[in-house]
Amino acid sequence: MSVAPIRSDVAIIGGGIMGCSAAFFLRQRGLSVTLIETDKVGRQASGTNFGNVRRQGRPIFQLPLANRASRIWRSANELLGADVEYLQGGHMRVCFRDRPENVGAMEDYAAKAREEGLDLELLSGNVLRDRFPWLGPDVLAGSYSALDGHANPRLAAPAFARAAARLGARIVEDTKISAASKQGEDFELVAEDGSLFRAPILLVTAGAWAGPIAGWFGEPVPLTPRAPTMTVTEPVPYAIAPSVGVMTPDEIETVYFRQVARGNIVLGGSTRAPSYPDEYRAYVMPQNTLTQLEHIRRLAPGLAPLQIIRVWSGIEGYTDDSLPVMGPSASVPGLFHAFGFSGAGFQVGPGVGETMAELIATGATDIPIAPYSIARFAE
Amino acid sequence: MAERRIIVIGAGPAGVRAAEALVAGGVRPLVIDEGRRDGGQIYRRQPDGFKRDYATLYGTEAARAEAVHQAFDRLRPAIDYEPETLVWNISEGAVWTTSAGEARAVPYDALIVCSGATDRLVPIKGWNRAGCYSLGGAQIALKAQACAIGHRVAFLGTGPLLYLVAHQYAKAGADVAAVLDTSPLRGRMAAAAKLAAQPDLLWTGAKLTFDLWRRGIPVRTGVTLTEIHGDDDDGVSGISVATRGGTIRRFDCDAVGMGWHLRPETQIADLARCRFAFDAPTRQWLPETDADGRTSAERIYLAGDGARILGARCAEVTGELAALAALADLGLADKADRRRELTAQKSRYRRFADGLAQAFPWPHDLAARVADETIVCRCESVTAATLRASIVDSGATETNRAKAFSRVGMGRCQGRYCGNAAAEIVAAARGETVEAAGRLRGQAPVKPIGISTARRNS
Amino acid sequence: MTGRFRRLAETGRSEVRFTVDGQPISALAGDTLMVAMLTAGSALRDSEFGDGRRAGFCLMAACQDCWVWTAAGERLRACSTEISEGLSILTTQPEASWPNVG
Repeated sequence: MSVAPIRSDVAIIGGGIMGCSAAFFLRQRGLSVTLIETDKVGRQASGTNFGNVRRQGRPIFQLPLANRASRIWRSANELLGADVEYLQGGHMRVCFRDRPENVGAMEDYAAKAREEGLDLELLSGNVLRDRFPWLGPDVLAGSYSALDGHANPRLAAPAFARAAARLGARIVEDTKISAASKQGEDFELVAEDGSLFRAPILLVTAGAWAGPIAGWFGEPVPLTPRAPTMTVTEPVPYAIAPSVGVMTPDEIETVYFRQVARGNIVLGGSTRAPSYPDEYRAYVMPQNTLTQLEHIRRLAPGLAPLQIIRVWSGIEGYTDDSLPVMGPSASVPGLFHAFGFSGAGFQVGPGVGETMAELIATGATDIPIAPYSIARFAE
Repeated sequence: MAERRIIVIGAGPAGVRAAEALVAGGVRPLVIDEGRRDGGQIYRRQPDGFKRDYATLYGTEAARAEAVHQAFDRLRPAIDYEPETLVWNISEGAVWTTSAGEARAVPYDALIVCSGATDRLVPIKGWNRAGCYSLGGAQIALKAQACAIGHRVAFLGTGPLLYLVAHQYAKAGADVAAVLDTSPLRGRMAAAAKLAAQPDLLWTGAKLTFDLWRRGIPVRTGVTLTEIHGDDDDGVSGISVATRGGTIRRFDCDAVGMGWHLRPETQIADLARCRFAFDAPTRQWLPETDADGRTSAERIYLAGDGARILGARCAEVTGELAALAALADLGLADKADRRRELTAQKSRYRRFADGLAQAFPWPHDLAARVADETIVCRCESVTAATLRASIVDSGATETNRAKAFSRVGMGRCQGRYCGNAAAEIVAAARGETVEAAGRLRGQAPVKPIGISTARRNS
Repeated sequence: MTGRFRRLAETGRSEVRFTVDGQPISALAGDTLMVAMLTAGSALRDSEFGDGRRAGFCLMAACQDCWVWTAAGERLRACSTEISEGLSILTTQPEASWPNVG
């Protein structure tokens, strides 16, 4: 006896923010959607990341995609009927005195970003200290993006999934796809529990687990799963509007923090740890927490008295060049990919979903996605 | 042969007896404790300069408390002792400590965790007000600081501690407004056979209850929760409960001591990735241990109330048992006869504890049915309504997801005081068992540590 | 002096003077900061989320309800901190300038 497959116009493997927002925008365009997620939607990278909603610092060619996402973030609450706690308090990127060459790099970036509609303000000296009096004495200069901000990763992907479901998308959780192939016109997906799914279009948004799935279709992508070091403090009086980060080539001193409306301060960055994608588990290493705190103290010494109350991690999928895989398959018609965002997917997520929906529904998009082609991984 | 490093976390009765057995077994353990002094909570030592004698402080347990304190005092030259030191994480065979703002990794060959317990709470409307304290907190105010938590104190909850603390307060001259027990009297009758496993404790309980009655303190059993009254500025002004007959009785007071037995502090076991199992009689998740206290994690042992609530007397037994197991596992000593003796003692305490759970049950029904406007998570001020909405509206299917959506359990205490009740509320909202509601997963730090914490390289 | 907590015994200890919200307060050597504050006053802090004053809960460093601000912007857990001469505590939240440097 065989199980009847669940049929839809589009099947999506992976329920992070890419998949959930794609499901939502595909439904808005009238396509039927089934999204299949191994665990609960938004539990991995999408739910555990820092929560930056920033365009500043992205590759210049990514700004059109980031701008698109920004517009969605600004209206996310109305769009989704849920509060994703988006706060547009700005984004500050600073550099330290011991690397003065970064100031030139900031100016360079600001000039190019302006052409893409991202206006950045460069600050240093007294102006910087007056505007942001909590920056540590080692900070030399900063680049401020007024229209960037942050949101709550725990809430965002689930909110997209619920909104998609209200529009008629079928969201299937606790279901792991064990095999997928193209049979004639349709993709056939088989889950571990025996359920079957069929669709003429398949979108792979499986994050750190997507590499082998792409491999089922002859275009494997090597991905390194990495676990971010995340920390949150007790709630304290709201004082710091922008999300703040460090511009530096050293991972160890790339720390960032943001204060949420309720007052807690989220800390992220510094050394990442290995993760265990097969077990869906990632662990924070205590030494990494301590290193992170050390670098946070340097960035904003006024945070030192605060108590941290919890650490966490998740599983992010990194490509070798830290650029995502996004766009159509290089070989299989009807197959699309959006994964490997290398720890920088949260802000662009809704834009990725809207773009993939556009691409799938109309066959084209104005958003430049050529740099993300999966073909770059072919031998 | 290289010196084996055995770490004991906790200097309460379990940790003290574990350290003692380790020293007798030829090892120099490291005892790490958060407090300024040894003794844990139930045998908490008063500060230097306080003059009350053991009988005043510990009542019927005075001799035991003194014996535990003296045992630790004798041990001092033979152990390494780090008081005022928190174990905030455990990773790759080392515990991570912090003391005076400095963090260190301390590797171990064996680890005995005697982390003790805190009170188990049911939310009641108004329990977030200034003037509400746990029963344990009320007891510490008296025992360790010679204070009453208020000028007129009501006590609410269930279990022997409820009667003990109320009696201690009355005896010390505090004004006790009422003793309000959610357990009906008949439960005590039904459990009498099990409670007879510790006849002197059973007798003490009866004497305490009689003494309260003799002092004219209202004692009500089988009450259901209504409200703790008061206002935002001045805190508690009274408490109302529905008595067995259904009438609402109000008692004026400016403080409430509340608690329903204890719950083990299992954060270190959780971070050490010990396996947990659902314990149906007490409706909570406990780390799995064998009869000697071995966990599923290599070289990690649990003892005392931090493993399972069996009381202070049994903590001395299980502390020694765990130490003997660690010594045996390291090939250092094997005292099979003594372990058999201790195991027999432990089973008597277990029988008594089972009787207590039956006589004074965790009122899961009251927890599940708290009114929507009741704050469930005191740290984050999250109501039962918000928690229920995370299930009904946002689709959470178990407590961790419910926490992610509602913030219940996300505050400074990381679910210590709301976790049990939250599980009951989640289960009721899901129409499922409390076991299906799942176990709240813990993360480091075990307790808050400062951003100022610096790594000390030793 | 009426506070929330009532001393029942052990009053023969030496005095320790400190400040709460700018007011001089007298405590006894061996008091925890929590007891020192609550034998003189009725609360330790405000709830961050608008449900009124808080005065601690567990007294055993588990609930974390008793964290207070010092005038210098430090954080102390009142039930596990011994009272010391000259401490200056605020029972209301500091202003938004708390993280500023210099």
